[in-house]
Amino acid sequence: MTLLKVDSIDVHYGDFQALYGVSVSVAAGETLAIIGANGAGKSTLMKALAGLMTPTAGSIAFEGRDVTAMPSFKRVGLGIALTPEGRRIFPSLSVEENLLVGGHTRRKGPWNLASVYEAFPLVADRKDRIGIHLSGGEQQAVAIGRALMSNPSLLLLDEVSLGLAPVVVEQIYAALPAITGAGTTVLVVEQDVNQALKVSDRVQCMLEGRTVLEGAAGTLTRDQIATAYFGI
Amino acid sequence: MEWLNAVLQGILLGGLYALLAAGLSLMFGVMRIVNLAHGVLAVVAAYLGYFLVDKLSVPAFLCIVIVIPVMAGIGYVLQLGLLNPAIARGGLAPILVTFGLAVVVTNLLQQFFSADTRSIQTGAIATDSIQINDEIAIGVFPLVTFIVGVVVIAGLQTYLSRSRTGRAMRAASDDKDAAQLMGIDNRRIYAIATAIALGVVGLAGVFLGMRTQFSPTYGDATLIFAFEAVIIGGLGSLWGTLIGGVVLGIAQAVGAQINPAYGILAGNLVFLAILAFRPTGLLQKAVNS
Repeated sequence: MTLLKVDSIDVHYGDFQALYGVSVSVAAGETLAIIGANGAGKSTLMKALAGLMTPTAGSIAFEGRDVTAMPSFKRVGLGIALTPEGRRIFPSLSVEENLLVGGHTRRKGPWNLASVYEAFPLVADRKDRIGIHLSGGEQQAVAIGRALMSNPSLLLLDEVSLGLAPVVVEQIYAALPAITGAGTTVLVVEQDVNQALKVSDRVQCMLEGRTVLEGAAGTLTRDQIATAYFGI
Repeated sequence: MEWLNAVLQGILLGGLYALLAAGLSLMFGVMRIVNLAHGVLAVVAAYLGYFLVDKLSVPAFLCIVIVIPVMAGIGYVLQLGLLNPAIARGGLAPILVTFGLAVVVTNLLQQFFSADTRSIQTGAIATDSIQINDEIAIGVFPLVTFIVGVVVIAGLQTYLSRSRTGRAMRAASDDKDAAQLMGIDNRRIYAIATAIALGVVGLAGVFLGMRTQFSPTYGDATLIFAFEAVIIGGLGSLWGTLIGGVVLGIAQAVGAQINPAYGILAGNLVFLAILAFRPTGLLQKAVNS
């Protein structure tokens, strides 16, 4: 079953066009990785999916329902959650309060404080700490836990590894099987190609606002990816 | 002994200032809106109380049961209809809108109630007092006002800390875009915050109208006292606002003890001193983004 169907969307920042007719299809249960260099339009695509930006052309359907112009706060109730670029932890709230705010919509599902703490022991250890006092890795783990608290059927992970030490990235990705195992479909955006290939079933590579390559993670060759990634 | 008396009366007066300032502090804390119509809205509540008690013969303290929900309703509609669009425009728009609102409402009050001063008659409680010793007596009404002020501030603080909606307000205050990503409808959360703020203004306005004589232009002084309490206490901190109100009240009472003409001046001087030497206020918000 197709969970998310993005049909050739254009997205503009004022006069600047960031996406040109991008299409994405995500089946329920699969993990799709969007890869690409800086400025390829990956985060813009994520913003359009979460409702932070509205496409100027094309459409976005979620579970067969058109959500192209739906505001972001309503999409959370439908089951789309985004861990935004830069994590955006609420600085004056404690870790536990951040998680509780993540559960604001009271959507039913497997995720609650206890199950998030189980999946992220690091978060459990820091539950009383104030958001502003977290390290980058801790922030990222809290951001993912916070998104899970809304019990999404589609989890959008934007640049999880950005600015984090490799060992921390490993720790965070270690929780991914628990997330997909609970029935959540995951869409990851990554600059780190190896990481993307490792965690995903399918990969879609973007360059300058267009999709240049897509295929099952196992079938793409290094050369194909390198060519698509750098556009050479 | 008369100085101790002045300080005591100042503390009690501070309860009224804290009550008046709580709504201003809440709106600034949640939305970063400086509501310049705050004072005149308190005066609207006072006139509403006056109208109910004097014209419709509602028992004095029962009128708050009507005034609070009416003011809260006004707050909700005001936020959705006027302030949310102003916030969306950003910059100076909200402050200009509230300034315009203050001017319009003041003139409407003049139109309907004339410029005569009024007050809400409370009967015996206005003059009742508890005699501590020969020189010190505590008025029952100021004491009630102070207790209500403390209870309201404690209640608001608990609501913000513990409730789901209160948490959503703090989240939206920290980062309103990220709050939307959590499924929070900022415009509705803001409307609830303003409804609560104006509900408290309603309560404060009625107490103000019971304590003192007011006229349509009384909102200016009210706004300044409320503003001073918020700044002295520290922007965005509700307990700070209580302390700010008390400091302002003590300053005015002690100033008036020196010379009856110096009360307000002393309050303003303390305010200026805080601005000069501790501009973050006495209770700085522990964490700031």
